[in-house]
Amino acid sequence: MSTFNAIAPRPAPQSNSGPVAWCRANLFHDWKTSAGTLLIGLILVWLLPRFFQWAITNAVWYGNYDTCHAASGACWAVVREKFRFILFGRYPHAEHWRALLCTAMLLGLILASCTRAFWRPWLVALWVGVLVLYLALMRGGFAGLRFVETDLWSGLPLTILLASLSMVMAFPIAVCIALGRRSGMPAIRSLCTVYVELIRGVPLISVLFMASFMFPLLMPQGFNIDVLIRVLAGITLFAAAYMAEVIRGGLQAIPKGQIEAAATLGLSYWQTQRMIVLPQALAMVVPGIMNNFISTFKDTSLVAIVSLYELTGAMGMAMNAEADWRPFRIEGYLFIALIYFVFCYSMSLYSQWIEAQVNKSKQR
Amino acid sequence: MSAAPTPPAKNRWSWRSQAFRALVYQVLAVGVIALIVWFLAHNTATNMRQRGIQSGFGFLLGTAGFDIGESLYAFDSGESYLQAYLVGVTNTLRVAILGMVLTTLLGTLLGIGRFSRNALVRGLCRMYVEIFRNIPLLLQLLMWYLFFTEVLPAATEAWTLGPLFLSKGGLNFPIPVWASGHAWAAWGLLAGVCGSWLWRGRARRRFEETGQPQSMFWAPLVWVFLGTFVGWLVGGAPTEINAPIRGEFSIENGGALTPEFLALLVGLTTYTAAFVAEVVRGGIQSVSLGQVEAASALGLSQGQSMRLVMLPQALRVIIPPMTNQYLNLTKNSSLAVAIGYPDVVSIANTAINQTGRAVECIALIMLVYLSTSLLTSLFMNWYNARAAIKER
Repeated sequence: MSTFNAIAPRPAPQSNSGPVAWCRANLFHDWKTSAGTLLIGLILVWLLPRFFQWAITNAVWYGNYDTCHAASGACWAVVREKFRFILFGRYPHAEHWRALLCTAMLLGLILASCTRAFWRPWLVALWVGVLVLYLALMRGGFAGLRFVETDLWSGLPLTILLASLSMVMAFPIAVCIALGRRSGMPAIRSLCTVYVELIRGVPLISVLFMASFMFPLLMPQGFNIDVLIRVLAGITLFAAAYMAEVIRGGLQAIPKGQIEAAATLGLSYWQTQRMIVLPQALAMVVPGIMNNFISTFKDTSLVAIVSLYELTGAMGMAMNAEADWRPFRIEGYLFIALIYFVFCYSMSLYSQWIEAQVNKSKQR
Repeated sequence: MSAAPTPPAKNRWSWRSQAFRALVYQVLAVGVIALIVWFLAHNTATNMRQRGIQSGFGFLLGTAGFDIGESLYAFDSGESYLQAYLVGVTNTLRVAILGMVLTTLLGTLLGIGRFSRNALVRGLCRMYVEIFRNIPLLLQLLMWYLFFTEVLPAATEAWTLGPLFLSKGGLNFPIPVWASGHAWAAWGLLAGVCGSWLWRGRARRRFEETGQPQSMFWAPLVWVFLGTFVGWLVGGAPTEINAPIRGEFSIENGGALTPEFLALLVGLTTYTAAFVAEVVRGGIQSVSLGQVEAASALGLSQGQSMRLVMLPQALRVIIPPMTNQYLNLTKNSSLAVAIGYPDVVSIANTAINQTGRAVECIALIMLVYLSTSLLTSLFMNWYNARAAIKER
């Protein structure tokens, strides 16, 4: 006859929440992880204080270039000294308020367009209105405002103008090309394919060279277009090819049954695309389009090479203007790198948010 | 029973016929495009005639008259524009191919690092990706150029790591002195590659016959090394090495990489690696956890499960976007013009300024990039077809 023998009680399970448990799981799981943590920790302990000394404690925040030359840290005074030149470039100094107002207006509109409350038909009209106002105010020449040639538009306003305008204009072109590449008509399909592959095969810089060197040759005698518009057209055509590929991906993902159902209902080709295909396809590719937006925003820095002074170009001009400040270019570069980073990173965060919004309908 | 009403005869030339409408649309589209092209070509021809610009590629044979900072082979200003272009193309290819290799290594490490057990490694990899892909490449290149030309010490106080010297003058490193033995080693390498290829074929047949796993990686590698070593021995085992030494004003002897090349290579690699890391991460994430568990249930080691189960499936997802990243890297190498590395774009830029042949020079740039893009995508498509799922 067997007797009941209780087994020894087991210890309570280790807590798997709270900071200590997190450290145990993520930093000291086994000896390899712990060794890695220690090694990286040592490097960080050596590096971070030095970086903070350079960037903050030993840095010069106020002062002129003499104090900067004397100090061992970063010279942020150069940014303080030059920030208007970096942000607005060659735009006349007394008129900077106009550039600032325009930029704020355009940024506000972009921010508004990102929120649900503004996704209404009148948003298009608002965009047109704001862009007209932007161009008028930047250009001036009325109501006592000084006339400012487009050559002088530069810095952050130009970057934002180039990026947003080229994306807005590239979008309809891209939709047409994407539809064309999926069209049943062989001539139209091959024209669109050749366009997309041609543009995607060459670097943006060659397109910009074409816009600035070759365009005057392509137009009739005496017909001159402003360099800003030429470059804008170049970036737009370039971005459209990439965006068309993203949109084509969305179109391909629409099941054939949707189009057949639409045909059964008697919808015409354009009705089918407008009411059935595009709404579903575009919702699917919003993250891809946001990625396009981010790369176009970064690509605008290339116009500095064809002598339009957007943020990067304005910064180079500001720093090279005085020989005394030249050693502190790195601080200037870091400053605009921060500006670019803030813009691009917030766009990518927004893209993640919108992806979650789009996927809401698919979650059950 | 009444006969079914016969449908009215179709008129093929009616506006109601879809085929006819399609024909009209296409003829219109092609006509409009042809008209635009004719208009642009006509304007260009007129403009060139009026401004007295000659056209044609004849200028390529004329004397270039400018020096090129660096080239793989000797070039002097007395040679033709065509030669200058070829130097530019080799410079572009050099930085692009090296960049592709390095970016693959760095990007893969960063991508795998995102799955590390160690939170510090995960966090640092993520930080790297977010920082490097959210700052324009041009800006990064300018910053690297500043680093290599101004932050680094002068040649007399170069940073030294063993036989390597890093200074404002660039990177100096030891190179073997060329001897006929090296040619023998190269032939040996070729023989070794052939040998390992034959070995792999035999090993695969043996595996299919007997079911015994054969060495598919280490044995071929031994073949390659053995071939090279034997070739080197046969060639008389040359060991002379040209090492850099610190001179009075600069680093002398040895091989050297210019600061422009280094800035472009490092900039392109670090920037593209951030994108490659995301591609690799996506690929690994796409393989379901059940596959790994099944592999370990079958008794495969961690390395085997990685090589035989995870990688083949992840590669399928990774290869197409990876091709895009390689193409982007090649196209982005055109930013060299901003930091003065003589790639094909900056040589074309000089040629435009000297000869005014904008049309021809830009056409040449586009031709170079289009053909490189085409070749890269052909190769990657071939590789992708190999890695794709074999379906009946």
